Amino acid sequence: MTVTTRPGRSAPSPTLDVPAPLVVPADETRPGRATGLPKRREGPEKLTGVAKYADDLVFPGAWYGATIRSTEAHARLLGIDLDPSFDWSRVVVVTAKDIPGENIVSLISDDQPALAADEIRHHAEPVALLAAPDRSTLREAKRRIRLRTEPLPAVFDPLESDQEFAHFQVGEGDVEAALAAADVVVEGEYRVGHQEQLYIENQAMIAVPREDGGVTVHGSLQCPYYIHKALKRALALDGDQTVVVQAETGGGFGGKEEYPSILAIHAALLARKCGKPVRMIYDRHEDLAATTKRHPAIVRYRTGVKRDGTLLAQDVELIMDGGAYCTLTPVVLSRGTLHAGGPYRCPDTRIRGRAMATNTPPNGAFRGFGAPQTEFAAEMQVNRAAEALGVSPLELRRMWVYREGDTTPTGQELRESVGGEEVLERAAEASGFERLRTQTRLAREARASDRGARSTRMPGIGLALAWHGAGFTGSGEVKLASVASVELTADGSVRILTASTEMGQGTKTIFPQLVAEQLGVAYEAVAIAPQDTSIVPDSGPTVASRTAMVVGGLVIRAAQRLRQQVEHATGRPFAESAVDFAREHGPLRVDERFEPYPGVHFDDERYRGDAYPCYGWAAAVAEVDVDTDTGEVTVRSVVAADDVGKAIHPILAEGQVEGGTLQAVGYATIEEIKLDNGRYLNDRLATYIIPTSLDAPRITAILVEKPFSGAPHGAKGVGELPMDVGAPAVVAAIHDATGVWIHELPATPERILAAMAGVGTAQPAPAGPVEPGTLIGQAGHAGRGPEAETSSGTPDAPPGAEPNTEAPVGGLDPRPEALTDPEPLRAPTDPPQRWGEDGGG
Amino acid sequence: MTEVVYRFTVNGQPVELAVPGMRRLLDALREDLALTGTKEGCGEGECGACSVLVDGAVVDACLVPVCQVDGSDVRTVEGLATGPEALSPLQEAFLETGGAQCGICTPGMLMAARAFLDDGAEPTEDAIREAIAGNLCRCTGYTKIIDAIAMAARPA
Repeated sequence: MTVTTRPGRSAPSPTLDVPAPLVVPADETRPGRATGLPKRREGPEKLTGVAKYADDLVFPGAWYGATIRSTEAHARLLGIDLDPSFDWSRVVVVTAKDIPGENIVSLISDDQPALAADEIRHHAEPVALLAAPDRSTLREAKRRIRLRTEPLPAVFDPLESDQEFAHFQVGEGDVEAALAAADVVVEGEYRVGHQEQLYIENQAMIAVPREDGGVTVHGSLQCPYYIHKALKRALALDGDQTVVVQAETGGGFGGKEEYPSILAIHAALLARKCGKPVRMIYDRHEDLAATTKRHPAIVRYRTGVKRDGTLLAQDVELIMDGGAYCTLTPVVLSRGTLHAGGPYRCPDTRIRGRAMATNTPPNGAFRGFGAPQTEFAAEMQVNRAAEALGVSPLELRRMWVYREGDTTPTGQELRESVGGEEVLERAAEASGFERLRTQTRLAREARASDRGARSTRMPGIGLALAWHGAGFTGSGEVKLASVASVELTADGSVRILTASTEMGQGTKTIFPQLVAEQLGVAYEAVAIAPQDTSIVPDSGPTVASRTAMVVGGLVIRAAQRLRQQVEHATGRPFAESAVDFAREHGPLRVDERFEPYPGVHFDDERYRGDAYPCYGWAAAVAEVDVDTDTGEVTVRSVVAADDVGKAIHPILAEGQVEGGTLQAVGYATIEEIKLDNGRYLNDRLATYIIPTSLDAPRITAILVEKPFSGAPHGAKGVGELPMDVGAPAVVAAIHDATGVWIHELPATPERILAAMAGVGTAQPAPAGPVEPGTLIGQAGHAGRGPEAETSSGTPDAPPGAEPNTEAPVGGLDPRPEALTDPEPLRAPTDPPQRWGEDGGG
Repeated sequence: MTEVVYRFTVNGQPVELAVPGMRRLLDALREDLALTGTKEGCGEGECGACSVLVDGAVVDACLVPVCQVDGSDVRTVEGLATGPEALSPLQEAFLETGGAQCGICTPGMLMAARAFLDDGAEPTEDAIREAIAGNLCRCTGYTKIIDAIAMAARPA
C-alpha cells in the first residue's frame, strides 16, 4: 500500500511535540534529493570546542596505560625482566600470559597476537603493557622493564620473502599472443611506498571495567563491531559484557579500521587487571611508529597497442608488502588486483597479484585500499602509450575508456552507471587541458631554443582517469548482511540506529537528510543514535566508501517501511500522525537487512563476475611548476571530476573530493616513509610531512551523477575515488614540464633531478609515432639492460653526476643511502624511544 | 620549595594556577582548567591543533610553558562564540562552507583565522593560506577553510 503526501496540508496542531514537517509534493519525493542543504549535524559542537574526542573524556580515578614495544624487527622473546629495585605493586604489568581469551587480533587470518608471546616479528610490536595511577610512575616503570631477546634473521624486501599472504589472478586470455601482435609494447616497473593516514587525532582508547565483569571502551574508531568482536575473543567475554562506544573521531582514512581493535584489547586488559578505567592515548610518535600504513607495492606492467591506438593487451604483475601480519592485506591486494587494468576496455588482460610478508609493521587500510597503488601504474602506462603513439593522453583515454555494455577483466558487463567518459570530458573542459597542454609545449620549445634566457620554472599539465569499485569487493556485502534501523520512539520522535561512524565525512548529516525526506519531516526532527554497540545494530564497518551507498540505502528502506506502517494505521501522512501513532501503539522500530543487489553475482573461487555492484569514476587534471634546478614541484591546481552516483549533500561530497585530492598530491610529491632494518625512520610529524595550506593546490571539485539503480537514492560513494587519480595526474604533469617519467612515488626533487640527469645521457623518449614491434622501456632507462630496469639496487653513479643527485640516472629507485631527515636518527640498537603514555586527563 | 602562582586571563576570565612553571600551557588549559577545546595533535609544534592566542599572537600551546603566559591574555576556541547558542560570524562561516570535517584541527584553525582577521590584512587567498600555514588539516584540502575565512572577512 502506498500513501502519498497531500501537498498543502496545514501544519500539525501546535500541541503536538514535533517540528513542523516539510511539505513535500508527492511528485518531488525522489530519493536522494536534498530538500535544502542542512548544516553539518555535529558542526556547532566541533566549532565551539564542546565536541568530546577520546582524550577529552574524563573518567575519575582513571589510570594511564603504556605499551612496551620491540626494538627489533625479528627476534625470539626470551623474557621480560622487571627491575627488582622498583616497587611493582604501584603499577600493573600485562603480558601475553594475562590474556584470558585467545591471544589473537584478527580480521582475516589468526596470525597476529595482541601481545607478542615468544616471537617478535616487527619493530614496535607490542610485547607488554603497563598502567599506573599517574604519569610519572608510569614513566619510571617503563624505564625499569627490559625485553630479553635473541635476534633472528629478518626479511625486509617483499621480493625476497617466501611467505605469501594471498595471491589473485584476473583474466584468462592468452595475453602473450596478444602482446606479440601489438605494434607497440610499453613496459614499466613502478614502485610506491608506505603512506601514513595522518589523521590529526592520534589513536586513542579508554577502557572502563563493568560491574558484570566485562568492559566498555570509548575510543577514536571507524568500526565499532570489529572492536566488539576482537574484545570478546581476546578477553573471553559475552557480547553483552562488551560495549564499544565511539567518541568524536578526528579523522580515520582507513587508519582507524583495524588498529583500534588491538588498542582496545590492550586498554581492556589493563583495566581488567587494575580494576580502574585505563586511558591509552597515543602520542604522534608512537602512532606513526606502530600503526598501519598504506601497502608499498611494485607493479610491473606491459601494455600492447596497435599503431592506430587500439588497446590490445595488458599484462600486470603486482607485488604488495603486507608487513609482518596479515591484517586486511588479502582484501587490499584483491582490490588492487581488480583495479590494476584501469578503467579501459581491453580484449586481453592478465593481472597477477601477490602479497608477501616482511619483518616490518603490518600495513593496512588507507583510503583507496590498494587501488591507488595499481591505478598509478595503469595511468603511467596510458600516458606513456600516448607519448609513444604521438597522440594526446586525453584522446587515447577517449578511445579506451569503458562505456556502458563493456566487459571488465573479470567478465563483468558494465550495465549502468558508467561515468568514465563524462568525468574525463568534464575535467578536461573545466581545466582547459588541451589548451594548457599546447602552452606548456610552447614553453618547452621556447626554453630549448633560447638557453640564455631560460626559466628554471617549467609548467606542466597532466591527466589521469580511474574507476573505483563501490562498496565491498565480490560477495563481501552479502556476507556482512548489515542491518540499519529507523525507529519511532514512544514520544513520537524519529531516530536512526546504525553503527556507521562519523569521522568528518558526514554520516551524521546525510542519514537524517535521507530519512527526513522519506518521512516528510524536517531534517532537524530526525535524531541519530550514538555509535554504541549496546544501542545500535551492526551496520558493518565504516569503510570502502560504502556508508552512503549501502547503509544509506538501508536507512532509506527502513524509513519507507516505517512510514508505510504508520500511515497504514493512521490513514494520515506520517508527519502529522506519528505522535498519535506512538501514543496509541507505542514505539515502532524497523530493522532493514542488506539484500543482494539484483543481478550482481561474483564467483570468489574463479574471481569471475561482478567484482562490485557498480563503480565510481574519477578524473583529475593537475597543473604543476617544476624548478629544473632544484627539482622542486609546486602543484598549482587540480581539477577533479568525480561520478558519485548521487551527491546527497554536495558541499560534504565536495569536501571529500578536495580532501582526497590533497592526500593524493601528498602521496605524489612529499609523503614518504624511510626504513632502516624494518624501523620507520621518520616517525615524527617533524619528519613525516603532509601538505600545508601553502603546499596545497587550488582544487576544483566537479560532481557528476550517474545514479546506481541498486541503491534507492542512486549514491555510489565518494570517499576513496579522488585518491586514485591525484598522484598519476601530478606525475604526468611533472613529465610534461621536464620530459622525464618518475616511476616511483613520491616524485621527490632527488628522483626528478636523477631522472633528468639520466635523460641528458640517454636516448630521448620517442616523440612521434613509432615503428611496428617497438618496445618502449622505462623512460630514462633507454640504453640500459633489463637488469637495470628491474633492479632496486644502486647502479654505478654516472660520471660527473651532480652532487645533489647521489642516486643514479634513471628515475628508478634512487634510494639515497644517506638519510635526509633533519631529526637525529637513532641506531636500531639504541634503547627504545619513549612511547606515549597518554596526554590526557 | 615555594610554589609560584601564575596569574593570567583565559577568554577574559582571571586565572590563578599554582603549577610547575614549565608545565605546558596545553596541559594547563586541558587538565587544570578543563578547557578541552584546544587539541593535541603532535606535541612538537608541527600541526597547530593546539593553537591559541597569547596577547593576540597565535602560538602552539604545546610549546609554551605556563610561566611564559604569566600576566598575559590567553584566548581559546571556547571564547569565540558570543553565547551558548550563538556562533561567531567566523564559526558560522566554517559551518556554512563546510570548513570543518572531522573537527580536530578546527579549534586551532579558528584561532589562527581569528588572529588573521583581527590583524585586518587584505583577505586574499594567498594571505589566508599564509595565515593558516602552521595548521595542518588532513580532511578538507584547505579549500573550504580558505572559503570560510574569506567569507568571515567580508563586511556583513
